Amino acid sequence: MSGSLRIQVGELARRSVMRTLRQPAQIVPALIFPLFLLAVNSGGLQDATNLPGFPTDSYLTFALAVPFMQGALFSVMNAGTDLATSIETGFLNRLALTPLRGGALLSGLLAGTVVLGLLQAVTYLVVGLVAGAELAAGFGGALVIVALSVTITVAFGTIGLFAALRTGSGEAVQSLFPVFFVFLFISSMALPLDLIQTQWFHDVASANPVSYLLQAFRSLLIEGWEIGDVVLGFAIALAIMALGMAAAASALRTRLVRT
Amino acid sequence: MRPHRPAGFRDVAFAVAWRSIHNFLSNPAFLLPAIVFPLFFFISFAGGLSAIGEVPGFDFPSGYTAFQFVFVLLQSAAFGGVFTGFGIARDFEIGFANRYLLAAANRNGIVAGYAIAALARALITWTVLTAIALIAGMDVGGSGVDIFGLYALAVLVNLTATMWAAGVAMRVRSIQGGPLMQFPVFLILFLAPVYVPLSLLSGWIHAVASVNPVTALLEAGRGFVSGEPTVVALAFAIGIGLPVLFALWARGGLRRAEAAG
Repeated sequence: MSGSLRIQVGELARRSVMRTLRQPAQIVPALIFPLFLLAVNSGGLQDATNLPGFPTDSYLTFALAVPFMQGALFSVMNAGTDLATSIETGFLNRLALTPLRGGALLSGLLAGTVVLGLLQAVTYLVVGLVAGAELAAGFGGALVIVALSVTITVAFGTIGLFAALRTGSGEAVQSLFPVFFVFLFISSMALPLDLIQTQWFHDVASANPVSYLLQAFRSLLIEGWEIGDVVLGFAIALAIMALGMAAAASALRTRLVRT
Repeated sequence: MRPHRPAGFRDVAFAVAWRSIHNFLSNPAFLLPAIVFPLFFFISFAGGLSAIGEVPGFDFPSGYTAFQFVFVLLQSAAFGGVFTGFGIARDFEIGFANRYLLAAANRNGIVAGYAIAALARALITWTVLTAIALIAGMDVGGSGVDIFGLYALAVLVNLTATMWAAGVAMRVRSIQGGPLMQFPVFLILFLAPVYVPLSLLSGWIHAVASVNPVTALLEAGRGFVSGEPTVVALAFAIGIGLPVLFALWARGGLRRAEAAG
């Protein structure tokens, strides 16, 4: 990375991190909401562990994978809304007058998402373990969980950037939230794939990449080191990130030409 | 020429209701989430969690689809009220509510109008939700009277949530009060026996659900749909008491809004 590019990315990253940390409205719901649902679901669905074939006797351990995905969904909103605000206030137009490179802009904008993703991952994991969840893969597994969570958060954040650049509207970005919730709900979020009895739901959940992202977390929490599951999780997250960045870069070019 | 007569309670209520319902029906951004979200919860819970019906001790006679239908029905009732609160807050933000306050001789009619609108939007959602549930094969064991009881409970829940949200909206008078309207409702709904009956809950969630008034509403609703009514008197006592309580809360909010001009 050249010195000039490093400075550009650094300045935007600093701005992105400061904007994220200065907005409790972004941080607090992203931490509280998933933990609340974890508490309710792990209490309400504990009896599901009595189903033959359920992989653990602790629903809390099984459900602990879900907050990492919900946190990633919040990153779509946070990253997208921040950029949309920059578009709405004309900040992006001012940046367009500088020699700033598109790649630097997008990378810098995701810095806040990385920080928030890290904060979320550590909080969810610590709270889950304190509440009694198991971690079969040990301390090394905890590090991989945090890394995977941040990767997924950034991957989803790129989709938020794309949405913001495409629409230029914070309201439009916010309206994406329910769409992404569909992906989460129609997955193996509440039960393992092989225990989902409704056939069409099973088929959709099996085709839904979110099920495999959840499985990557669960393999570390419940089974230990199932390398295949973990690698698949990272591969899906990196693929989403690559697609999201490509789409965002394309939308950025279009928007700057339009400007 | 007829002398000008200030609008009374009924005129105000119908005018406010008509405008709110018109806005709801003519704007897909309001209409679609109100219908799609409950359906989505229903599909997700009843479809994805159907195996829960085989958990030892789960003996709900009408099956898991009907068990979850009642929760989603009451949830959509509550959120119909909350989303109407969002509309009230928006009306204050854009200044339209101030025009209501100026024009209405009986300002309680404004709150009543919003409540009518909330019920109308809930009825639309319930119609679609019920049709989908029946198409999905929901087993209804209750008689016509039982089903009437179920929907009567839903109406009371809708009214309660509307009064709560209206009280908040008229105090905050900004859409930024949205989380304050929404989160407590979300909280109290999900701290009830959502996925399994109360008897199958354990630990802290059982303790909380046991004293949560929504539990009685859910148990009564599930009793109605299965044709085995239970805790009916308690559920209706709660169902009637809460709207009365929150109507006072909403009236307090109206007074605050009047005082703020």
